[in-house]
Amino acid sequence: MARNPQLNRHGELQHLLTTEGLPRDVITRILDTAEPFTGVAEREVKKLPLLRGKSVFNLFFENSTRTRTTFEIAAKRLSADVINLNIATSSTNKGETLLDTVDNLAAMQADMFVVRHASSGAPYLIAQHLEATGRDHIHVINAGDGRHAHPTQGLLDMYTIRHYKRDFTQLSVAIIGDILHSRVARSQIHALTTLGVPDLRAIAPKTLLPADIERLGCRVFHDMREGLRGVDVVMMLRLQNERMEGSLLPSPQEYFKFFGLTEEKLALAKSDAIVLHPGPMNRGVEIDSAVADGRQAVILPQVTFGIAVRMAVMAMLAGGNA
Amino acid sequence: MSLPDAEKLLLDLADRMRPHVTPDTALVGLHTGGVWLAERLHGLLGLAQPPGSLDVSFYRDDYAKRGLNRDTRSSALPFEVEGGHLILVDDVLHTGRTIRAALNELFDYGRPARVELAVLIDRGGRELPVAPTYCAATLELPSGSRIKLAREADTLSLRLVQE
Repeated sequence: MARNPQLNRHGELQHLLTTEGLPRDVITRILDTAEPFTGVAEREVKKLPLLRGKSVFNLFFENSTRTRTTFEIAAKRLSADVINLNIATSSTNKGETLLDTVDNLAAMQADMFVVRHASSGAPYLIAQHLEATGRDHIHVINAGDGRHAHPTQGLLDMYTIRHYKRDFTQLSVAIIGDILHSRVARSQIHALTTLGVPDLRAIAPKTLLPADIERLGCRVFHDMREGLRGVDVVMMLRLQNERMEGSLLPSPQEYFKFFGLTEEKLALAKSDAIVLHPGPMNRGVEIDSAVADGRQAVILPQVTFGIAVRMAVMAMLAGGNA
Repeated sequence: MSLPDAEKLLLDLADRMRPHVTPDTALVGLHTGGVWLAERLHGLLGLAQPPGSLDVSFYRDDYAKRGLNRDTRSSALPFEVEGGHLILVDDVLHTGRTIRAALNELFDYGRPARVELAVLIDRGGRELPVAPTYCAATLELPSGSRIKLAREADTLSLRLVQE
């Protein structure tokens, strides 16, 4: 069997490309490692020296101010030097290939690449290229590739769920919205099934569901009221207007009517159910303001935990490989 | 080799510290043995400040080689570090690298007025200019072995571990 491309010979994390196939103990270890990092923000000096002298390159071939910022903060709290490259507006416009860009930056002594790309598999390609050319001291973190994966988002969601609900093996979890276009949903589904969630539900209109969704371990619902009944965790997805091709949806208003999370629909879930959203939110499209700002929403804690989880991933990648 | 009784050493250490502490002195235990000792010393010395704890994993100088400790815990300093009188507490003083890491971490919380070091055992072998302020015993250890503090039902004991 081929080696998991994310793990080194000793089974330690070498790259973080996807939550798919990531062993349960590695996921648990990332979540455990993130815990002590949550306290750093409350200190006088919000920095730890773990990545001192290391260079982290944020390679964003697709714009995302928020995700880039959270990686930047995480790297800086670990004392790394951070170089941001918005390549969407740079050398690829001049015709340079992806791997030429990577080779150039590797020659500038990069220690870590955080990669966001519109094409699924781009971070994997970079990781393979680095290993094939004997530069396996450089680590790659996928910050979102096409419709494929967004592992740090999936992991920070797992951290958030564990923080409020402790035991994954007792939970009913519903993922709601545009699952078809969502790399976040895929990363969530793989992590949730690996962590042993017994009841995983996908709630979406038929046009926004991938064909093989049941094979990933989800029960499918097209009626939100049916799907939300008795769940512990409600994971909303952003309606990706920019990814809508043709006529998948009649209108945002109609989407809200059927798949928008309102207080009235949320009341069907357990009374202590939590509501997650990866941001940025479309209020009044997939989520009502009363829910987004309500007592069950844990959307802002997700952001805070996200920094700690990204610090944990970076610290685990950079340590022990000298 | 026979190891000294940890409970006796603890009382001895408390005796050495007692004339020098005030109610505002704060103890900072280093994970894991130092945290147990700090809890006990806190009671023996009748200090007002709750004891703090440090896990120096994030500050160790061998992180690049060995990676993160598997069970790193959160540090907790439930008192004002700025301007305080702090005593670092650890079970065994050896190379001094843990203390170096602890001092670095401590100063990321503020600037204490005075920092001292209390250890149960000084086993020599220093690689950095670090000396204990209070020490209950010095011990020669055969190379390739180390001592470890153990706790069972609130009773502390020392164990020899072969590496």
